[in-house]
Amino acid sequence: MSLLPPLPPGRVRQSVLAPETVLSSPAEEVDPLDPDVLSLAADLLATQRSAAGCVGLAAPQVGVPLRVFSLDVTGHPRTKICHGALVLANPAVVSASRWERGREGCLSVPDLTGDVKRATRLVVHGVVPGTGAEVELATDGFEARALQHEIDHLDGLLFLDRVAGAHALHPRQTYL
Amino acid sequence: MTLLAVTVLGHDRPGIIAETTGVLAELGANLEDSTMTILRGHFAMVVVAHAEVTPAEAEDALRSLSADGSLQVLVREIPYEDPLAALGSTYLLSVHGADRPGIVATVTGLVADAGGNVTDLSTRLSGELYVLLAEIDLPGTVDPEELSRDLAAVGSDLGVDVSLRVLDPDVL
Repeated sequence: MSLLPPLPPGRVRQSVLAPETVLSSPAEEVDPLDPDVLSLAADLLATQRSAAGCVGLAAPQVGVPLRVFSLDVTGHPRTKICHGALVLANPAVVSASRWERGREGCLSVPDLTGDVKRATRLVVHGVVPGTGAEVELATDGFEARALQHEIDHLDGLLFLDRVAGAHALHPRQTYL
Repeated sequence: MTLLAVTVLGHDRPGIIAETTGVLAELGANLEDSTMTILRGHFAMVVVAHAEVTPAEAEDALRSLSADGSLQVLVREIPYEDPLAALGSTYLLSVHGADRPGIVATVTGLVADAGGNVTDLSTRLSGELYVLLAEIDLPGTVDPEELSRDLAAVGSDLGVDVSLRVLDPDVL
């Protein structure tokens, strides 16, 4: 089942930075068949691709409080299981296990990175915008981490809410 | 034997730690706990060392570091202390939001009123975004959920997000 529906041409949107309140508020469920949701998904993927090193983007990061995100960890050195480019609406974590600590950054918090514990075995349920197909995807490692990071955005959480200790926040060294 | 606290603050450059600890080693001082970081581009270090020299002698020996005015070096004698026994569970307090004066004072004031002890803290200002992370020992008598609610209320007055989580012990 395809996780990437036929998308209209996406436009690069302006991303918002913390402490914008849209980033700390839970986002609303969407109608996955709404054409505006499909075009939002296309815009997220286009915006994500325009930012160096960005592997995922959630709608609140472009100022839209809706439960939609894009993701593509293709080619990332720490990726094992890879579903390629995907967009998902109304996602939820079905199961999560084997927690490991790793370093994360975020387009919305450009100058900091943090050590965050995430599940490395993950099953996520969601709906593909445009087709309305319900999907369940199982993944691991880096893709699992990226998915949890994006779903957190939809719940109004940043990696800053999950860092592993008082000294687990670092100035960003590079953007990749 | 005295216990010395050596504080070095100022313009960062390679070699400050090597020079400071080199001088202390020549004095026969033995380093115990220390911490060093960069704060807003400034070098900041505190070393606790145990030595046979007086604070004035140590400060004098470290004069080479402070001579050109780029670093401030302060040596003080401190008493031997038994660490506070852990109160109960350790929590991580995370606060982030728009920068304004008083965030740390207000939030840590609430923690102190509850009898919580901050054991580690770091804060960062990144553009408009202010982030505070603090590890806190809470006495068993404190209801963390109640404290969490109080912190959230204070956070909402300050316009910042506050969360309080149990810190993973990470024991093998």
